[in-house]
Amino acid sequence: MSAAVDMSRFVRSEKVEALPPPNLARGPIAWVRENLFSGPFNTILTLAVLYLLYVIIPPIVDFLFINAVWTGSDRDACRAETAGHPVGACWAFVIDKINYFVYGSYPGAERWRVDGFFILLAVGVAWLLWLRAPRRDLGAVYFFWLFPVLSYILLTGGNMDLGGRFWLGFLAVGLLFVAVMGLAAYLLKASIRSAVIIGAVILAVIGLTLGLVDIDWGLDHVPTSLWGGILVTLLVATVGIVFSLPFGVLLALGRRSRLPIVRMGSVIFIEFVRGVPLITVLIMANTMLPLFLPGDMTVDRLARPLIGVAFFASAYMAEVVRGGLQAMPKGQYEGAMSLGLNYPQMMIFIILPQALRIVIPGIVNTFIGLFKDTSLVAIVGIFDLIKTIEASRIDPEWAAPTISYTGYAFAALFYFIFCWGMSRYSLGVERRLAAGQNR
Amino acid sequence: MSAVQTTVSQASPPKRSFLYDPNIRGYFYQGLLVFVVSYLFYMAATNAVENLQRAKIASGFGFLENTAGFDISQTLIQFSAAGSNYGEAFVVGLLNTLVVSAIGIFFATFLGFAIGIARLSSNWMVRKVAMVYVELLRNIPLLLQLLFWYIAVLGPLPQPRNSVEMGAGFFLNSRGLFMPRPLYASDAWVIPTALLIGIVGTIVFRRWARAQQESTGRQYPVGLVTLGLVVGLPVVAWLVLALVGANPVTFEMPEKGTFNLRGGMQILPEFVALLVGLTTYTAAFIAEVVRAGILAVSKGQTEASGSLGLKPGQTLRLVVIPQAMRVIVPPLTSQYLNLTKNSSLAVAIGYPDLVQVFMGTVLNQTGQAIEVVVITMGVYLTISLVTSFVMNVYNRRVAIVER
Repeated sequence: MSAAVDMSRFVRSEKVEALPPPNLARGPIAWVRENLFSGPFNTILTLAVLYLLYVIIPPIVDFLFINAVWTGSDRDACRAETAGHPVGACWAFVIDKINYFVYGSYPGAERWRVDGFFILLAVGVAWLLWLRAPRRDLGAVYFFWLFPVLSYILLTGGNMDLGGRFWLGFLAVGLLFVAVMGLAAYLLKASIRSAVIIGAVILAVIGLTLGLVDIDWGLDHVPTSLWGGILVTLLVATVGIVFSLPFGVLLALGRRSRLPIVRMGSVIFIEFVRGVPLITVLIMANTMLPLFLPGDMTVDRLARPLIGVAFFASAYMAEVVRGGLQAMPKGQYEGAMSLGLNYPQMMIFIILPQALRIVIPGIVNTFIGLFKDTSLVAIVGIFDLIKTIEASRIDPEWAAPTISYTGYAFAALFYFIFCWGMSRYSLGVERRLAAGQNR
Repeated sequence: MSAVQTTVSQASPPKRSFLYDPNIRGYFYQGLLVFVVSYLFYMAATNAVENLQRAKIASGFGFLENTAGFDISQTLIQFSAAGSNYGEAFVVGLLNTLVVSAIGIFFATFLGFAIGIARLSSNWMVRKVAMVYVELLRNIPLLLQLLFWYIAVLGPLPQPRNSVEMGAGFFLNSRGLFMPRPLYASDAWVIPTALLIGIVGTIVFRRWARAQQESTGRQYPVGLVTLGLVVGLPVVAWLVLALVGANPVTFEMPEKGTFNLRGGMQILPEFVALLVGLTTYTAAFIAEVVRAGILAVSKGQTEASGSLGLKPGQTLRLVVIPQAMRVIVPPLTSQYLNLTKNSSLAVAIGYPDLVQVFMGTVLNQTGQAIEVVVITMGVYLTISLVTSFVMNVYNRRVAIVER
């Protein structure tokens, strides 16, 4: 080897850039080949779907956007002969009627109260659904007690005017109740003090609730016959969820109880309600509730379906919660018992917090079903969103060929946004819970 | 050891109040529950009796014998306003519910399986379209969909005088779909008999072919023979009858009158709207059930069947679906029940189902809310229980047999 360097010899000093992979193995073309045209059958399928989309999508886009009418004050804007062009969705109709769709016939000057209800609802829902929100225990108190009470006052005007005689009676019954609690504690040789305190707290909560709705807040009374639209839709759904969760938990505990009569009662209730359609429950609430009450008592027209929906949702919620209770390992029960906790303590502090957490997706799915089912109250004559649309689309002021389609499109959009949003949330929680299980 | 045991067993348990005995507490709580519930029922019953007397409403099931006095637009049995009673109206409503549910279940199963399989297709476009279908249909209330089909899609159909002629005696207008009505001659019984023989023959042949295949490995053309027996035999019977001059089935064609079509068979637009709505809505749920079931079959099964040389279609049909069925059947049952219960939404568009006829018209006419509600709910409960029972039997048959 000579030390002299042969300068004519070529030594590459830097790396050559790798050639790009052939176009047919990577990149969009390859993706298309692999996912859309991987064989004759797939090619035919893709072409068929493309043709289907070509048939369906352009008319929908035309209808919803291109030919849509956005401004106008009556039917002339949405009739092809007066508008001078083919008319798609008549959004002017929705814009004109939006207050009716949201508030029903709720008096115009009082609509801020409905807005207040929407805000209270949004706060409660956000507090409960955001898993890392601060003080979620307070959130539960808010959603299941304070929020219903405040909403009742806001929407109806409160001022039940119970009268002095009622309060005297309430006080007497309340004191009797506390005395019975104390006596029971004495007989059981338990702490009389804590029994009396628990009794007094229960009494105070009920009294405070009644006191709040009794006070004259200076709000005008708005009868429920004027409520309507999205207000009623959200109200029915909210009542359903607020009542169905506690009742559902109780029913689920009853179904897993070792006491035979409690168990039988829960099973019969759950299976009965789940075996019949909601519409029959609503018609039953509508026609039979007034029969079962003393002759001089009447139930508000809006309250009847609310009671029906609350019962109906409870049965479905009970089955979801039961799933969670059954998924708890036996060791949790045994651990709680070995710590000396009694049944309520074991359930409240150990089992339910874990069981409810794992069934959050199931609860949300039940709630999606409930939200869609609220539309059935329209059949028993309650003015929910669908009923307000049904009433508006035959309004002669807006008589135009596409009004029905527009109304249904608006309602579909409303329900879709809510339900789809909830299902996304439920999927997200599911994924989060699953992540906790992966070790 | 034994010493410890004796001391433990000899030590008498500390004396505790009987109030702490869990059994006695259990009796106490249950007694309280029974008392409260019976008290509520008692109050409700006495109030109901009082209210009914005040409103002068009769009670008992005697009203079922009373003349109905209203017409029903779709009746599968003989029914007339003057000559039929409420009991017959109940049967008509029940049959209408069962018909729309049965047909709906049939179509929803096919559509649901197709979409569920499409959601797992290797074709991106098919997958996405199936996903959009499921998300869209599942997240919009069924009531809204029914109103859409009934009012927005079927509403603009032309008046009867401008009916759309579809040929072969089919007409479409705002009163529904009109089609030729088959009229059966006296010897028409031959055709259903031929069909029955064909079905029985098919079952026998399938058993035999399967036994042959299992013992000798020889395959027989089961599909062709089935087609020949089930379809061919009745057709041959018909042709033979027609050739000897005794045409067993003739058709009564609908005729165009001035204002309406006369004769023929009519399918109500309400029926079509309800059927389409129920089918498409439930199919979205069935698709999700099917998808979950197929995903529950491990990938190794697909790969193994591929390595055995089965084609993708055969893999799906012979390996994946049979195993997925175990996961699919229980939720599928509840979807069938949901469809049956959802058929009660017919009341919103005026299809004369059980709820519309019985809980609507009959309840309004008689005012006997308790009896009518009890009967209607009893029917739905019975349907639910019977369906669950049948499906449980099937479920037990397809369940894994552990060896």
